[in-house]
Amino acid sequence: MSKHHISATVNGDPVEFLTSSGATLLDVLRDQLNLTGTKEGCGSGDCGACSVILDGRLVCSCLVLAPEAEGRRIETVEGLSDGVRLHPLQEQFLKHAALQCGFCTPGFLVAAKALLDANPDPSETEVRYWLAGNLCRCTGYDKIVRAVMDTAAELRQARIPA
Amino acid sequence: MSQLAFLAPLTPEDAAKALGAQGARALSGGTDLLVQLRAGRARPSVIVDLKRIAGAIGVREEGGGFVIGACTPGILLSEHAALSRAWPGVVEGASLIGSTQIQARATLAGNLCNASPAADSVPAMIAGRATCVIVGPGGRREAAVESIVLGPGRTSLAPGEFILEFRLPPRPKRAADAYLRLIPRTEMDIAVAGAAVNLTLDDAGTVTEAHVVIGAVAPTALWLREAGAALVGSRLEAPAVEAMQAVVRAACRPIDDKRGTVEYRTRIAGVLAQRAATIAYQRARGVI
Repeated sequence: MSKHHISATVNGDPVEFLTSSGATLLDVLRDQLNLTGTKEGCGSGDCGACSVILDGRLVCSCLVLAPEAEGRRIETVEGLSDGVRLHPLQEQFLKHAALQCGFCTPGFLVAAKALLDANPDPSETEVRYWLAGNLCRCTGYDKIVRAVMDTAAELRQARIPA
Repeated sequence: MSQLAFLAPLTPEDAAKALGAQGARALSGGTDLLVQLRAGRARPSVIVDLKRIAGAIGVREEGGGFVIGACTPGILLSEHAALSRAWPGVVEGASLIGSTQIQARATLAGNLCNASPAADSVPAMIAGRATCVIVGPGGRREAAVESIVLGPGRTSLAPGEFILEFRLPPRPKRAADAYLRLIPRTEMDIAVAGAAVNLTLDDAGTVTEAHVVIGAVAPTALWLREAGAALVGSRLEAPAVEAMQAVVRAACRPIDDKRGTVEYRTRIAGVLAQRAATIAYQRARGVI
């Protein structure tokens, strides 16, 4: 019936899109904005593959209706790298081989970025609890946790003035 | 889906009007509604997003108590230091729900109105004697939280009505609450049984007021007045606690499934109530 004209910010850029009432933010990111880094896993908020940061908070984009995004700020996995260099999290995921099939990886990266933005010095327990909404069927999680811990240490080091 | 409309009213009155339409559904955090939409279990004609109403999101102190906007996500409750100090049981009930992602969205009003028997945020709200401010086509009314859920998936809200905010009463000195649930793993699961206890003590540590509420062991959360009464006048000595547990176990009418038999859920509800009472007592004494 009704189409909504939505204005939002995605990875720092203003975007506008038309959406139906029942489309999810995930649908719009992937199918209209062509930001296919965000994955659809379960579609019910259980797996975290579609994680994005919405106004500074980590959410499952499959559980957000697209019209809700009006005026909101959205960060996706595409915004992690500056276009030249990978984000330290991405480097550490590669270094630790913290992925196998890779389908859950964008969600883990975005979730880990939200964690490190909020808590630069998380304990391993905090990392594991924070990432409990992201499911990985390949790695057994250990390499992911180590990659996040090492990134946190690296970023803390980088913050110390020389 | 082609017939679906989406509205995000800015005032409670406009929201009540929009929700009065045939087939309208309220949207708070969406963590239940969007799952139902996708599964085809909900087929609304219009979705009314309540989050843009002024005051729908946020916690404020008022008249010595707290007012919690109905659409306030769990993370904002646990980040609120004064609320967490005054109502640790309410906050831990809400915080137990789902993952980091879910905590950024899921709300007290959604958890209540989804009307699951196992809703983790509900027992502590009832034990805390919280009320809801309800807005509808007929204006505003205030109702106790325990009056909202009638059974699984059913509420007492009339067509067009929605919860605008929750009110938690002023906290006397030496008062505290606690919520515990049992799940087969460490997190991210639905309660097999749950119990909330809210206690007020006198200077000597004697219980002067007690509210015991159990969850996931009956079609709705149960506020057990006699269980609370059993604790009043005690300092949680064994006979008082055992009397409280006997009331709890006698009230249990749980389902029987692979996650917990009737016998197990009934027994565990008593254990959880005893442990929640101990935690609430220690908090009220300032020991923890």
